[in-house]
Amino acid sequence: MASLKYHLRFPEEKIPHPVVYEIGQEYPVVTNIRGANVTETTGWLNLELTGDIADIEQAVEGLKQKGVQVDPIELDVIE
Amino acid sequence: MTGKIKGLKCRECGRAYPADPIHVCEMCFGPLEVDYNYDAIKQVLSRETIQNGPPSLWRFIDLLPVEGRATVGLDAGYTPLVHAKNLGAHLGLDELYIKNDTVNHPTLSFKDRVVAVALTRAREMGFETVACASTGNLANAVAAQAAQAGMRCFVFIPANLESGKVLGNLIYRPTVVEVEGNYDDVNRLCSEIAAKYPWAFVNVNIRPYYAEGSKSLAFETAEQLGWKAPDQVVIPIASGSLLTKIWKGLNELHQLGLIDPVTTKLHGAQAEGCSPVATAFKRGVDFFKPVKPNTIAKSLAIGNPADGYYAIKATHESTGSMDFVSDDEIVDSIKLLAQTEGIFAETAGGVTIGVLKKLVKNGLIKKGDVTVAYVTGNGLKTQEAVEEFVGRPLRILPKLQSFEEGVPHAN
Repeated sequence: MASLKYHLRFPEEKIPHPVVYEIGQEYPVVTNIRGANVTETTGWLNLELTGDIADIEQAVEGLKQKGVQVDPIELDVIE
Repeated sequence: MTGKIKGLKCRECGRAYPADPIHVCEMCFGPLEVDYNYDAIKQVLSRETIQNGPPSLWRFIDLLPVEGRATVGLDAGYTPLVHAKNLGAHLGLDELYIKNDTVNHPTLSFKDRVVAVALTRAREMGFETVACASTGNLANAVAAQAAQAGMRCFVFIPANLESGKVLGNLIYRPTVVEVEGNYDDVNRLCSEIAAKYPWAFVNVNIRPYYAEGSKSLAFETAEQLGWKAPDQVVIPIASGSLLTKIWKGLNELHQLGLIDPVTTKLHGAQAEGCSPVATAFKRGVDFFKPVKPNTIAKSLAIGNPADGYYAIKATHESTGSMDFVSDDEIVDSIKLLAQTEGIFAETAGGVTIGVLKKLVKNGLIKKGDVTVAYVTGNGLKTQEAVEEFVGRPLRILPKLQSFEEGVPHAN
């Protein structure tokens, strides 16, 4: 069991979609929103995913396929 | 001194944490930052105590996040502040200074500062292994200083990195791990490794301490200017941390009564091919859009910078500006700095000088302003960026006649 933290960004057209709910339904992971700012044109949220690493990785891929930008909470660590 | 660190504090919600190897707020997932006990520091710190300190960044140890004495990177920092009279005359500035971190010790970039602080802190926290994800200057600094400190070192890089950059790390004998995947894959993997292994990942779990090392650039600048803050500073932006920490450092000096109120204007500099922060600033928005980097300024090529939002915020606070320059302008600016001041900067230095030129041209920096441009890395590390643009040697036979005929102005 692992818990990993991600920063999600939503393009404008995805803002009305219940993406986090869908991911929780489609993959065996627990979704936990810890910070967010959503407006009509832009949106981000800090999300914790808990589950088996393989399931979390698949959930992250699922989020990307839904058009969400998913990054580690640290953003880019390569310098 | 002991007791100077209160702990860590969330930059978003303000929640307090002990000074542990953690970097994310457990409540809101915001980034953590070191919180100091300034009243205690004020009791022991003065211009005199600083001036009596070592000729390194450690003369400012009372404002850096370590509890004990410095043990790693003892010669990092305290680089020259060069009064750039020739470049100043070229640009029409009387008081232009170059903070020259091309000669930092031991690996010729400003990363020697942040790594000296990170590894000293990691050691006093009991870590025996350090790690980083880096394609260049950071990896050099971590590998070199870990070698000197006798610490085990892991460097993570994308698998398609140029061989020259790999060699620059291998010489110090760290474990260099090439990750098959793109930059995003390496980022994600390193976050997962940092969460699982008991290592000091300098730019992940040690980041709150590591980043504070950049303040030393502000401290040294103020001291070298005779205990005053500059009117204008031009700072390259990669993660955005350097800019925010220079701002923090100058304001700490004022808070402690060492300099007058800070009226410095911050100017952030990016390359056009990777300018998410400068583009957001120019558009008047707080949040940047991540980009895929495409520039010769590899050391600034962070498409999704961790401190981009905070760099925009600090620049607004200072009523400063941000701008970007093209790759051609970067090369021209590297040459201009070399040919006027004898300083060979890496591409990030070209970005800084290129944006400085624009700022003067646009009237944002005036002739009499005390202006400091931060040149953060050595040109010997990025020779490929300029090799096509510096001409060739004149070739002659080993005869005086050949010399006089083949070399203009020989007579």
